[in-house]
Amino acid sequence: MAGKQAKTRPMADGQASSGKLLDIRNLRIEATVYPPGEAPKTITLVHDVSLTLEKGKVLGLIGESGAGKSTIGLSSMAYGRGGVRITGGEVILNGRDIMKAGPRGVRALRGREVCYVAQSAAAAFNPAHKLIDQVVEATLLHGTANRAEAEKRAVALFKKLSLPNPETIGERYPHQVSGGQLQRVMTAMALCSEPDLIVFDEPTTALDVTTQIDVLAAIKDAIRDTHVAALYITHDLAVVAQVSDEIMVLRHGRLVEWGGTRQIIKEPRQEYTNALVSVHEIEHQEQQPGTTPFLSVKNVTAAYGGGHVKVLKNVSVDIYPAQTLAVVGESGSGKSTLARAITGLLPPEQGTVTFDGRPLANRLADRPKEDLRQLQMIYQMADVAMNPRQTVGTIIGRPLEFYFGMKGRERDKRVAELLDEIEMGKGFIDRYPAELSGGQKQRVCIARSLAAKPKLIICDEVTSALDPLVAHGILKLLLNLQQVEKVAYLFITHDLATVKSIADSVAVMYRGEVVRYGSKSKVLTPPFDAYTDLLLSSVPEMEIGWLEKAIKGRRMASAGN
Amino acid sequence: MALRQIPVTAWIGLILTGAFAFCAIFAPWVAPHGNGEIVGDVWEPMSAAHWLGTDNLGRDLISRMIYGARITMEIAVAATALSFSLGSILGFSAAVFGGWFDTLMSRFVDLLMSIPTLIFGLVVLSVLPTNALTLILVMGILDSTRVYRLSRAVAVDINVMDFVEAAKLRGEGKAWIIFREILPNALSPLVAELGVRFIFAVLFLSALSFLGLGVQPPDSDWGGMVKENKDGIVFGIPAALIPAAAIAVLAISVNLVADWVLNRTTSLKGGRG
Amino acid sequence: MSSPILRLVAQRILLGLVLLLAVSVLIFAGTQILPGDVAQAILGQSATPEALANLREQLGLNDPAWLRYVHWLWGILHGDFGTAQSSGLDIATSIGTRLKNTLFLAACAAIVAVPLAIVLGLIAVRYRNGFVDKLISGLALASTSFPEFFIGYVLIYFFAVKWQIFPSISTVDDSTPFLERLQAVVLPATALTLVVLAHMMRMTRAAILNVMQSAYIETAELKGLKAFDIIRKHAFPNAIAPVVNVVMLNLAYLIVGVVVVEVIFVYPGMGQYLVDHVAKRDVPVVQAVGLIFAAVYITLNIVADIAAIVANPRLRHPK
Repeated sequence: MAGKQAKTRPMADGQASSGKLLDIRNLRIEATVYPPGEAPKTITLVHDVSLTLEKGKVLGLIGESGAGKSTIGLSSMAYGRGGVRITGGEVILNGRDIMKAGPRGVRALRGREVCYVAQSAAAAFNPAHKLIDQVVEATLLHGTANRAEAEKRAVALFKKLSLPNPETIGERYPHQVSGGQLQRVMTAMALCSEPDLIVFDEPTTALDVTTQIDVLAAIKDAIRDTHVAALYITHDLAVVAQVSDEIMVLRHGRLVEWGGTRQIIKEPRQEYTNALVSVHEIEHQEQQPGTTPFLSVKNVTAAYGGGHVKVLKNVSVDIYPAQTLAVVGESGSGKSTLARAITGLLPPEQGTVTFDGRPLANRLADRPKEDLRQLQMIYQMADVAMNPRQTVGTIIGRPLEFYFGMKGRERDKRVAELLDEIEMGKGFIDRYPAELSGGQKQRVCIARSLAAKPKLIICDEVTSALDPLVAHGILKLLLNLQQVEKVAYLFITHDLATVKSIADSVAVMYRGEVVRYGSKSKVLTPPFDAYTDLLLSSVPEMEIGWLEKAIKGRRMASAGN
Repeated sequence: MALRQIPVTAWIGLILTGAFAFCAIFAPWVAPHGNGEIVGDVWEPMSAAHWLGTDNLGRDLISRMIYGARITMEIAVAATALSFSLGSILGFSAAVFGGWFDTLMSRFVDLLMSIPTLIFGLVVLSVLPTNALTLILVMGILDSTRVYRLSRAVAVDINVMDFVEAAKLRGEGKAWIIFREILPNALSPLVAELGVRFIFAVLFLSALSFLGLGVQPPDSDWGGMVKENKDGIVFGIPAALIPAAAIAVLAISVNLVADWVLNRTTSLKGGRG
Repeated sequence: MSSPILRLVAQRILLGLVLLLAVSVLIFAGTQILPGDVAQAILGQSATPEALANLREQLGLNDPAWLRYVHWLWGILHGDFGTAQSSGLDIATSIGTRLKNTLFLAACAAIVAVPLAIVLGLIAVRYRNGFVDKLISGLALASTSFPEFFIGYVLIYFFAVKWQIFPSISTVDDSTPFLERLQAVVLPATALTLVVLAHMMRMTRAAILNVMQSAYIETAELKGLKAFDIIRKHAFPNAIAPVVNVVMLNLAYLIVGVVVVEVIFVYPGMGQYLVDHVAKRDVPVVQAVGLIFAAVYITLNIVADIAAIVANPRLRHPK
């Protein structure tokens, strides 16, 4: 990172001794939770975490959900979200403990010394005001510039963040601007009052991968050019490796490891960090497609709203026994719609789905029970894919009863076997879904689909809602089960790392069409078509300098096309 | 669930509601005097013989109150039962079957609800004979619109959840989907609504009787008793306030119970909360 | 103002008119649902055949129902509500002064209740989950459980009988001077206010709380804005529509409360008029008054929807 620029603004006294901007000591954060029907209780979210940040440096905070990373980030603004309270430790910003600053002192530093960039800019902007008014609001409030200067500064920032029409975009309202652009406007808003520190709270998580890379590059450039310090919060180690000088790994509100970015991703010292770093690596030997597919999708076209919105255009794919076809694409690519067309939930307008050489009925209602049994489905949100009023035993047992007429002991025995297969004991048989962890829930869903002894399981983003380590476990389980049960998967995902881990063949979808299709090695080997290239080059890799390389490579590619 | 987990407000509600129900069910055994029995002077003050005094015709007020509880609750319970079975069956069916049935039902309910219930009730009662059956039918049918809206909304929410889709993909029939997937998850909000609808029925019936269009003399529900005794107010005789207060207390008690049931409801998603 | 808004507003008004037409059918049909003969029901079993025949003639019962409906609607569209059966008086004339009285009473209640409910709702939001909030919620729960006549007679018992501050009967006529008129409606207006206040306050609280929990409020807080400025600049513009909605829905609720309150205080308004004529089974009056109440109710709902449309920035500034 380039040398520090001298700030012209007078600093609070007492900090001249060092370049320390933020010094958090023994931070302890608690919250009161109100479980329904129970007495409220206090839980500790952050246990004695300390960190320091120098001026102009970027510290990445990384961890799974519940690690306390956002909570720590917001503590640098003396802010607790919801019922969250900072109950111990010191937060020293520019040489003074902001926990003792009082309401007026805290207001004076928020939006002036520290600014915040939220995960969902779409929700964080007020729908009733123009963007420019919101961008310059903090600057005017704290009196660091007059309106004309602030607006000039905002336009310059819009330009720096590569927003289209930087002069006029501020005149728009939040709903008139796309998600990726809003996220950049929010970054401009944070930079506008020239703060010392910006807290980025998962700023690219809600974006599609090809949008993420642009926003990430824009944020990185802006941080570098303005010499602002940042706390960059994310769950994605590959993303944080691109922007941070240092990385702090958190788990369950405790510090796991803290070090330079290179050290963390190349030589992690803690076992947990090591697991995070290596999480993407599953060795999966690609199988060659057999002679005849058991399920063929031929020239399928489907639409919502009575034919008005075409979501699938002339899609053809084949699935071979005991193999995995990964369907990859961004939101709106039609990949989930393909699953709905195959299952009959959305009858295709044109084209056919053949199964074992005979066409399947278009509509779900017209399919015989045997066909339904052969095609099972697992969902992204295991939470809502199971009836909360049924026990695990009922959930897994119902397909046994429904398809095979199993009852009583026989059924219970089979349920226990299935629970064994998904590496959960039969002790879970009487549990309700609410009593399971996220990974366990998804395992029960897998068992439920296996109970039908299907030829094909459609997996719709089954690991997207899970923390990386848990997702890793689920993928391994799915691969093992494929060996044992000889079941095929249609694996829908937006994540290319998952594709590499599990697929035998791959279909890349873009705006309702299959733009690239073939064996995994063929699809993932150049020469690429333009979209696949864009998609592949946009997936963050855990390598320092990847972002610059990717952006440069991509520009050349797009110039070449 | 442990009894200790029930909050004190819910206890108050449960006990009072229970007491009212007890009086209503065992009225002839609980009441010291007969319903129409004249036992003293007009509007005697409270005394050891007549705990709440006597009414406008010299009848024992506490006995009238107990019989009034019976009439009030009988009609309100019947009307609530009607509005509930009608509203929830139609609402669930509309949500699960969808299509023209849903559209037709929903538009008709919109239409009915665009006239204030009391006003439309009065319009209809201007031509119908005044008896308990009419009251139950009018109140039950008019109020079923609200139950319809709620049960349809709840069922539509559940119907689009993945576990229902999973059941459909498995090939389950409509009956399994309604009774095994949707109903168990819709029960809690509906039970809480049951209380609210019952209160509404009590207040609606009382208003009608107070206006002289509900239960007809010599029988009297609490609203009718307010009407009977209201002329005493200007002479400083508070007899009319007693049945009015009883209505308020009953409504509050049921409200407390309903609030508790609603708060106890775990989230539909069955998440960690 | 851009065209999508105008289009939506026009649509909403048109829909309201269609609804009103449908409601008129429903009200008319509601007085025809008796399985037997309306004339018989009105006059009772002991009526003479001549009286029955006369009444049938008078009600036009010899015509088919749809024709009678068309005549009725045609008359109303020309300001002719027919004549009351029981008294032979022209209904439109009788309604004129009574409608004025009722609107006066409702307006008095609304002028007190609306600002009070909004202020109390704001206080409840400001001290959320604190003692004041709980107290207000508790009182709200209680007062939604109170029948109107309980509130009314408690007011009469204390203010008119015990302390003799206000009259117990609110008699007004056309010649009553404004101040006296105001004094006459103090108790009924208070009763009405209490009836709608709790409900309106609870809904206002929920509406504002909903806005206050938006992410953009947090953004404003993290910019260092003062609590008051957050509410003024960021919460208020987004809360207008839901609050207007709450107010309109409760004003609609108020016109139902008015029926019972007028009877309690013997106030010569529409409610009293309606109840009297339901008891007399005077169908033409009931139809007319029922339709007017429904029309007011529908109009208030349309106003609420239009407010929501106009206040929505997505519609005001289309893509």
